[in-house]
Amino acid sequence: MIALARKIGVYVITAWVAITVNFLLPRLMPGNPIQTMIGKLQGRVTPQMQKAIQLQFGMGLHQGLWSQYWSYWGQLFHGNLGQSITLSAPVSTVLGQTLPWTIGLLGVCTVISFVVGTLLGIALGWRRGSWLDGLLPVSTFFQAVPYFFLGTVLLLVFGSDLHWFPVLGNYQRGLTPGFNWAFLSSVVRYAELPGLTIVLSSIAGWMLGMRNMMVTTMDEDFVLVARAKGLPTRKVVTYAARNAILPSVANFSLAIGMVVSGALLVELVFNYPGVGNLLLQAVLEQDYPLLQGIFLVITLTVLAANLIADFVYVALDPRVRQEA
Amino acid sequence: MSAGHVVAPVTAGDGEVSRPAHQGDPVLEIRGLCVDYGWGEEAVHAVVDANLTLRRGQVLGLAGESGSGKSTLAYAATRLLREPGVITGGEVLFHSRPNAQSGPDAMAGSADLLDLNEGDLQRIRWSEISVVMQSALNALNPVATIGHQIEDVLKAHRPDLNRAGRIRRATELLEMVGITGDRLGSYPHELSGGMRQRAMIAMGLALEPQVVIMDEPTTALDVVTQREILEELVRLRDELGFAALFITHDLSLLIELADEIAVMYAGRLVERAGSESLFRAPRHPYTYGLLNSFPPMHGERKAMTGIAGSPPDLRSIPSGCAFHPRCLHAMDRCSVDVPELVPLSTGPLPHGSSPREVACWLHDPQSAEPVPEELNQPDPADPVSPEEEKA
Amino acid sequence: MTVHADDLAPLPAGQLTPTAPVKGKVSRAVRLPHSPKVIAGLIIIVAFAILTLVGPWVAPYAPNDNSFAQNLHPSAAHWLGTSNLGADIFSQLLNGARATMVVGFIAGLVATALSVIIGVTAGYIGGGTDEGLSLAANVFLAIPGLPLLIVIDSYLPASGRSNTLLIGVIISITGWAWGARVLRAQTLSVKRRDFVEAARIIGESRIRIMIFEVLPNLVAIVASSFLFTMLYAIGTYIALAYLGVTSTSVWNWGTMLYWAQNNNAPLTGAWWWFVPPGLCIALVGMGLALLNFGVDEFINPRLRAAGLSKKGMRKAGLPRHPKLGLTPVVRNRPTPTVAAGPAKVAR
Repeated sequence: MIALARKIGVYVITAWVAITVNFLLPRLMPGNPIQTMIGKLQGRVTPQMQKAIQLQFGMGLHQGLWSQYWSYWGQLFHGNLGQSITLSAPVSTVLGQTLPWTIGLLGVCTVISFVVGTLLGIALGWRRGSWLDGLLPVSTFFQAVPYFFLGTVLLLVFGSDLHWFPVLGNYQRGLTPGFNWAFLSSVVRYAELPGLTIVLSSIAGWMLGMRNMMVTTMDEDFVLVARAKGLPTRKVVTYAARNAILPSVANFSLAIGMVVSGALLVELVFNYPGVGNLLLQAVLEQDYPLLQGIFLVITLTVLAANLIADFVYVALDPRVRQEA
Repeated sequence: MSAGHVVAPVTAGDGEVSRPAHQGDPVLEIRGLCVDYGWGEEAVHAVVDANLTLRRGQVLGLAGESGSGKSTLAYAATRLLREPGVITGGEVLFHSRPNAQSGPDAMAGSADLLDLNEGDLQRIRWSEISVVMQSALNALNPVATIGHQIEDVLKAHRPDLNRAGRIRRATELLEMVGITGDRLGSYPHELSGGMRQRAMIAMGLALEPQVVIMDEPTTALDVVTQREILEELVRLRDELGFAALFITHDLSLLIELADEIAVMYAGRLVERAGSESLFRAPRHPYTYGLLNSFPPMHGERKAMTGIAGSPPDLRSIPSGCAFHPRCLHAMDRCSVDVPELVPLSTGPLPHGSSPREVACWLHDPQSAEPVPEELNQPDPADPVSPEEEKA
Repeated sequence: MTVHADDLAPLPAGQLTPTAPVKGKVSRAVRLPHSPKVIAGLIIIVAFAILTLVGPWVAPYAPNDNSFAQNLHPSAAHWLGTSNLGADIFSQLLNGARATMVVGFIAGLVATALSVIIGVTAGYIGGGTDEGLSLAANVFLAIPGLPLLIVIDSYLPASGRSNTLLIGVIISITGWAWGARVLRAQTLSVKRRDFVEAARIIGESRIRIMIFEVLPNLVAIVASSFLFTMLYAIGTYIALAYLGVTSTSVWNWGTMLYWAQNNNAPLTGAWWWFVPPGLCIALVGMGLALLNFGVDEFINPRLRAAGLSKKGMRKAGLPRHPKLGLTPVVRNRPTPTVAAGPAKVAR
């Protein structure tokens, strides 16, 4: 349990770092980007919004850095992530609309990728030298391909040329959102190609990692003992796999960071209205409040995913459950 | 039928002896076993032409330095040798006599383990032949409880037991080796080294097998715990009557534990004799060297001799007798011809024992050289001749 | 001592310290790579390294030269056709190699240097230093790299965004944490070895021990970490370019993809615009990954493909990797001959 408490501590500190980075960056960067941004805004925003932006970025106020910092935190605790310039809406509202789409797509794809990749890795590690080994160079290639490039190729081949999948968007225009079959099936349909991209790109990592750990674990005595016990093969493989999976779970934090980054870009390719698209817009327009809000929310989501992975690790490995 | 109690032979006149049925019969016969690592020209011959007989109710010690092939022999005999091991010859005959405790997997009769298919092997594994390994920390699954690891054997081989029955049996087993039943739910890392080894022994005896192979079960423990475990093993052997193949590099452990001892060097068996005979009257120079490598607790202080040199790399074994470069009594013939393991005595033997054997040209009857005195001490197992008795 | 999950989880991809410790400078004979994977990887990387150096000179036209006809299909005059502005795509590709590879290399170098310094120091010094540095590593590991880089780079003035060196250094900020963690775990295990103890007792200064005793044993892992980080850096740089965060006037493969996407190349079927740069990225990535395999297999010999040697095996009917618990039995091989001797009768 102590291990978990430490992890939570790290995440809290990470969140604090992310927030502080958000606070400090605009104030430290040379070239006064905020001034430029406000200059562009003239006439487009109400005085209230301008004040809000100034508060967020500490412009035109005669407050010391520390008190600005406190106000910033105060804002955050009220759920106020600032105002998006381009969309003329609070960042939190905008994110609230787009985030579920990204989390939905990403969450499902990560689970599929992890499960299938791990199972393939177990098979590859257990049956070395079988035809399955052919998967290794193939998956290496897919691992090296950038997510969004793969998405582009798939879009071209399966979307434009073959018309097997719909392109662009997250559901068919004209359908009313809600828990009805037409809508839900349309959502799934439109998510297939982006989802396939994410799964194909990320599966290699899980597969290779699991395979290598299986090979290493099978050298351990307890796997030989399981065989010597005359246990059915399924059980022997379980003995090995339950131990071999631990590093995959432990390294989840690294993997999820890469998957998230990749997935954001895939959304761009398919015009999927998730956070990725929002990010692009924010970058193009230099909408700093939106940009910072996205960064913060992504960070917190990733931290939450890491926390879940850590809980799973503690459940899987009894050795960390007590202090050494 | 109570298994394993050794009843003192009742001699009447010409020595008609009554004993529990099958005691002393061979249960595992290894004949001419050859094991290589690798294939083709680079293959390393790890075990060459090994002949061993394990008898019911007896403990056979297998001693030798690291790399002598003792573990390789035992694992190859049970087909558990890891890659790149290949068995290139011989047979391993398992003469099975299932007792009342054997489960539904029991097979009666003899079979060559090297010819069995996977299914048959799986059935007799653990239920008839089990293995206790060296380091319990490595041999126990770190993410499963002890109870679970005992129960899965029961689940696999005793389908008649339900969950409650399995738990009961597992508790019984733990208590048999001196661990309280509440430890069923403990993980391996939560137990001390000695307890872990006991748990492994309990696991190994779960199905009351006919043969237990113990691969250096006490090497990883401190001396005090070692003693406890050994005593435990002797007690269990007396109670359950299994035959044990005890592998170790430490001959001193085998003094009280083993009935018979076989010594291996560079992949070959060089001597095999009853333990008393081996200790008091070793015949092979290597055995003699080993015995004089550890100081006795009692007796006069002697200078330790040890054995000069080091064990050969199996990839380049010396010609002839592999021990000749380190042997104080090496003759010319020793560097040319490989000595075969041959019996030394031809007289009648009590049931359940084999003639002692040695692989050394010094004991060749045609050899002109006399046998060195230290290798020719009177064998305590030899029947006392009437003349000597009178003297 | 509390047990951290990091400490227990074995290293990724089977990384272990080689068993024979290396004292002093690395003077072991360098084993030449046999594995076809490694050789393939080397060929790819060397080819692209050459491209990096000579690319802009070899290109037939200037990448910004918009004087040609627009949206041409690949032809003899323009091997990869032209963009919607009329620039030769092949030239863009050749020019783009330099920035991509250079940024990847710099980022990889800086990040690896950082991870070595931080990881080895944390592992060797221990105590409060270790706690602090480990915390820093964990924080940087937890923050998603790309979003952070996007935020940082967005604030950069235009001059900063076209500075490849600066971009490379900034990318390395997000890339050092993983290597640091791995190196720290390895340092902890090397620290316990006898020769390090001996050096300490003699009185060698801590820095000397870290550089000359510990580090040589970590060379393989540092190499693997560098390759992995360079892979990550290239991918990240491309992603940033694709988003348009970095300057779009600097030619790299990501920028090409940016322009292609913005002109709807996938929908118009102009594959010659975006497939070549993506393919190049994939090839470079694959080359680095293959080299990494080679290093992995060097570190952990178990991963090597070698099983029983092939000669005569198939004839005997043996599988390359026999099943666990089913040692193969092949009886037709001649056993070494044994000289027989009659038994000696016991006295």
